[in-house]
Parts: sequence; structure tokens; C-alpha cells
Amino acid sequence: MNELQKLVRDYVVREYLEEGDTRTIDLDTPLISGGIVDSFSMVSLKRFLEKKCALQIPDAEATPAAFDSVRSIVDLVARLGGKGPAG
Amino acid sequence: MSPVTLETDRFVHGAWGEAAHDLEWHPGRPLNIGWHCSDRLCRLGLGEKPALLWEDHQGNARRYTFDDLRVLTNTMAEYLRHAAGLHPGERICLFLDRVPELYFGFLAILKMGGIAQPLFSAFGDDSLWTRLDNAGTAAVVTQRKHLGKVRRARERLPELRAVIVVDAGDLALAPGELALDLERLPRVERFAGHATEAEAPSVLHYTSGTTGQPKGAQHVHLSVLGQYLTARRVLDLRPDDVYWCNADPGWVTGTSYGIIGPWANGITQAVLDAGFQSDRWYAFLEKYRVTVWYSAPTAIRLLMRDGSELARRYDLSALRHLASVGEPLNPEAVVWSRETFGRPFHDTYWQTETGSIVVANLPGMEVKPGSMGKPFPGVTATVVDPQSGEPVGQPGRAGLLALRPDFPSIIRSYWRNPEAFAAKFRNGWYLTGDRASIDGDGYFWFVGRDDDVINTGGHLVGPFEIESAMLEHPAVAESAAVAKPDPVNMEVVKAFVVLKPGREVDDELELEIMNTLRKRLSPLAMPQEIAFVPSLPKTRSGKIMRRVLRAQEWGEPVGDLSTMMED
Repeated sequence: MNELQKLVRDYVVREYLEEGDTRTIDLDTPLISGGIVDSFSMVSLKRFLEKKCALQIPDAEATPAAFDSVRSIVDLVARLGGKGPAG
Repeated sequence: MSPVTLETDRFVHGAWGEAAHDLEWHPGRPLNIGWHCSDRLCRLGLGEKPALLWEDHQGNARRYTFDDLRVLTNTMAEYLRHAAGLHPGERICLFLDRVPELYFGFLAILKMGGIAQPLFSAFGDDSLWTRLDNAGTAAVVTQRKHLGKVRRARERLPELRAVIVVDAGDLALAPGELALDLERLPRVERFAGHATEAEAPSVLHYTSGTTGQPKGAQHVHLSVLGQYLTARRVLDLRPDDVYWCNADPGWVTGTSYGIIGPWANGITQAVLDAGFQSDRWYAFLEKYRVTVWYSAPTAIRLLMRDGSELARRYDLSALRHLASVGEPLNPEAVVWSRETFGRPFHDTYWQTETGSIVVANLPGMEVKPGSMGKPFPGVTATVVDPQSGEPVGQPGRAGLLALRPDFPSIIRSYWRNPEAFAAKFRNGWYLTGDRASIDGDGYFWFVGRDDDVINTGGHLVGPFEIESAMLEHPAVAESAAVAKPDPVNMEVVKAFVVLKPGREVDDELELEIMNTLRKRLSPLAMPQEIAFVPSLPKTRSGKIMRRVLRAQEWGEPVGDLSTMMED
């Protein structure tokens, strides 16, 4: 995993995985369809990415499909020209 | 004295007589939803018919017949009654994802005479504790992933005697915690079910209001008459159907129409224990040849966003009837579903307190896109003037949507709060809290809420709970939560926050408050936006004027400001 992938993965584990949930999160673990992040919680994940990667994610791009795995999230950030972890 | 006015005669000869006849129930006889949804169907020769086609997000699938349902609910009821030592009348919470044990546990609790208290498993610590504390819950049935929340809540719940874990495996359990491995328990062929009175409490669903903490809507076993008949007449369920209800049983739709209504009718249900993904949902509809689909406007709008083309990649030809509930279905969604699925979604209206559908677009009825439909036969609905409490009697004039409280599924009270329930009535009408109008053809049209409750994605969220939780954050001095328009969820929570002196807005603070609320309350209650403001509009007596903030968000006139305190 690269630095951004690790950042997103660690954030998901810390903020969204319940403590008794023993699943491991890898690049392709389904986050939305797997019930780890729901469509409401996606907003806080979006905010986190916007702050850490210094970008704006248009609402039309913040779809369940785009947020369904660490890989797809990082791909989205790259496509939107995110700067990678900041701060 | 309860404001609910039931006339027994109506359940024999009147509008609900058909349901009483089909379910072989007569006034004065016991009635048990658990038995009616399992044993009775086996007696009718449906034992080998599939009752539950279950699948999770990983594609693990299980199939249960009505005889499995009968035996597994017996087994679980026996366990709750004798191994866990629970008694009829006690509140037993189901805090589970959509695993099979949730569905079996619900009927098992009813069979042994308990009161089922299903709670949305995404609830955070405070939301869970508040509801368990108010109900005086005796036991929680949960799974390992949610055990941490239950353990934390239990520290402050002296009435909670047992925590039952359905997937404990090798997990070390604490005193008072029990492992329930349904697959390994000896199957119980015969269980002496509790002969519940028709008016005995059955289900406790918590619902939010403008003020105070959520209230426990107290349903009774007689509600099955309403759920049975509306599932048949509104959702158009027929013997060969495969039915899918998207709702989680943590909410009333998920029990009234995700368990009771379809199973009382002996219908095969498909359940998907997975989060939302358009392609995954279409694949599920295709795989199980779903014929009747009960969904929600938020989900439909998310599907719309992914386009009709995606839907056309799947064979959805089995779909016969579509219905929707949760918030008003916008006309565009009705038109889109006609184009995409060849049939419209039929909007239905009801609420936690009504227990079953009260206004609907019935099958075969002309659908006016955007309308709620007409009252279900047997339900008297009207629109009353907010001042006089009398029907407005004029087509198109908006007022409060009101119901005669004389149908079987209306709740009998709020748990331990009869005063709040009595306050919902005026001139013999139950006031729903929604504003609506009736057109010249008798169709009802939703106008909006009459209070500050936020309807987000079809779920009601109370501003008081959110504001109370926000005040627990060390940086927050004052706060207000209001509804903000949203193209997918109809409304989302927007918070206005005044920080304590010396605290400044920084990059992390907004996210920190959002995540705090998500974990303490639920993802639904998490503000999707936070505005940091120097002060909040207040009355001269110091009460925060949410309506001013709400009107600003909706671009509406703010109304009378004569009582507003000037800065």
C-alpha cells in the first residue's frame, strides 16, 4: 500500500469499523456494500479526504461505487487531482 | 384512558373482518403474531414453502422453509424463556444486522410472550443506551461486532440481565453474557407458545419527536390484522410472489412489512444483508426473481443517479409490483420507474405510530405522480385545521393530516409516556405531525412536517437528541439542528454551532464533531454540514428559534420575528 492508501485504510479502521468487527480491510474490501460505511457516513469520509488531500469532491462524484473500497477511493482522489496526504 | 377507540364489531363484520376471518381470529380469543407467522402456515400445508431466501454481502446464501421458521423460532423461544430466564412481558432487544437470527428472534420473542424491541444496529452508544434505559430492557440479543456498544451501555443499565451473542464462537464472555448458537441447539419441535391477548404489547419501536428523547411506540398483537390485510391489498402480495422489502427491521417498515405482513400471508421473502450498491441490488432482484419490491425514495433516487442503462443489463422481468415508503416519492421517480421497470413505484404513507399503511396508491388505481394516494379502506383520514382541529373541508387547502384512531395497528401508547401520546390527539383525531392537502379526486398530497423533526432518508431524527449530544463536545457552547434540503435523502441534518469563548474553528473541528455524533447517535443523526456561527436566533425567553434557521436553508419566508431577541 502506498501512503495515501494506508491513510485511508487506517482512517476507515479507526473511525468506521466497530471494535468487535474482526474483518481486515485491504485495498478491495467492500466498504459500502459490505456495510462498513453507509451512505450517510460517506459524508464524513468525503470531508476527511477533502481536508487531507486538499481537494473538493463534487457531490456527483461521491457515489457509493466510488467509495466502495480503499482502491476506488484513492483512484477517485488521483482523478480529481488530490495532492496526497497533507498535514 | 387510551385515546384509541376500537369497536370490536369492525374486526368481525367491518373493514378488518376479512383479515380476522383469514387469520381465524375472533374478539376475545388469544392472538400471537409469532404463531401466526410460522406455525399457522405449516398447519395450512405451507411447511415446505420457502419463507426466507437470505444472502449477505459476501454472497453467502441460506434458504429456510416455513417449517424451518416454525422450528427455529420454537428453538429460540425455548432458549429465551428457559436458558436465558426471560419472562412474558419483558422487553427483549434485537441489536443485530440483518442476519437470520434477527428474523427468527423477532418471532421467537413474540411466541414466548416477550415484547420485541428491534434497534438499528448502526445506533451509537447514546442512542442505544437511551432506548434500552427507557424500555427497561431485560435482555439484548446481539452479535460480536456490536458487543462493545452493548457492554458500554450495560454498565448503566441495572435492569438489563442478559446479553445474548448469536456468533460468540470462542469469544470470552463476561458474567450475564450468553452464547446462542442456533445451528447447534437441539431443535424444538413443540413450544408451548404464550397465549397472548390481542391487546398485549408486541413490539416497541422508538420514534423521534421535536422535544425530549425518543418515545417507544407500543404496538400490540392485534396489529397483525392491519399488516396482513395491507400487505395483501396494497403491496398486492400473492401466493407465488417473491417479495423484497429493503427496510431494516430496526425500523417499523422492516418489521411490519419485512416480517409480519408478508409472513402472515405465507409469502416467500428475500433478504439482502448488505449495504447499498445499484448493481448489487439489481443482481439480487434478478437472481431471486423478485416479483414485489417495497423500497424507499432515497434508494430509488440513488438508483436513478446510476441511470436506466445499468438496470437494463439485468433481467428484471419478474418484477410485477413496486411500492415505496419513507418520505414523499417525487414525480420524477415515478416517471423514471415507469420508463426503467415498465411500471411505477406506488407511494404509500404511514408512520411508526400507525403500524401499517394508512394512505396508499393501491394496485390498479391511477397513480398521480407525487401524490400519497387515498386512505386505505377501513382507515378514516382527513386534513384538519391546525387551530380548530376540524376538517378543512376544502380541496387543495393544506392542514394537519389526521386519522381516526380506530384501526387495529395503531399504537396503544408511548412506553411509560401516556401523556405524550394523549397530546397527539385533538377532537378524536390522531394528528400525524405531517401537513397535507386533499384534491378534488380525494388524493392526498404531502406538504411537509408540522414540527422540527428531520426526515432524512425516510427516517425521523429529533433535533433535541442531536443538540444534546453536540453540547457534550468540549468546544460547543450552543447548537441547533435543522433540516436542510437534499436531492437524495429529501432532508439531511445541518447543525449550527456557537463555539465556547477562546475556541476557534480549525480544519479538524468540523470532522471531529461529525464523527462524535455519528458514534454517539447514528450515521443518520450526523450533521452533513456544520455552520459555525457567532450566535443563534432566540426568542426573548432564550429559546432557540429553529424555524428561522430552517427557513433560511429552504429559502422560505422566516415568518413572525416579533418574539425574536435582538443581539
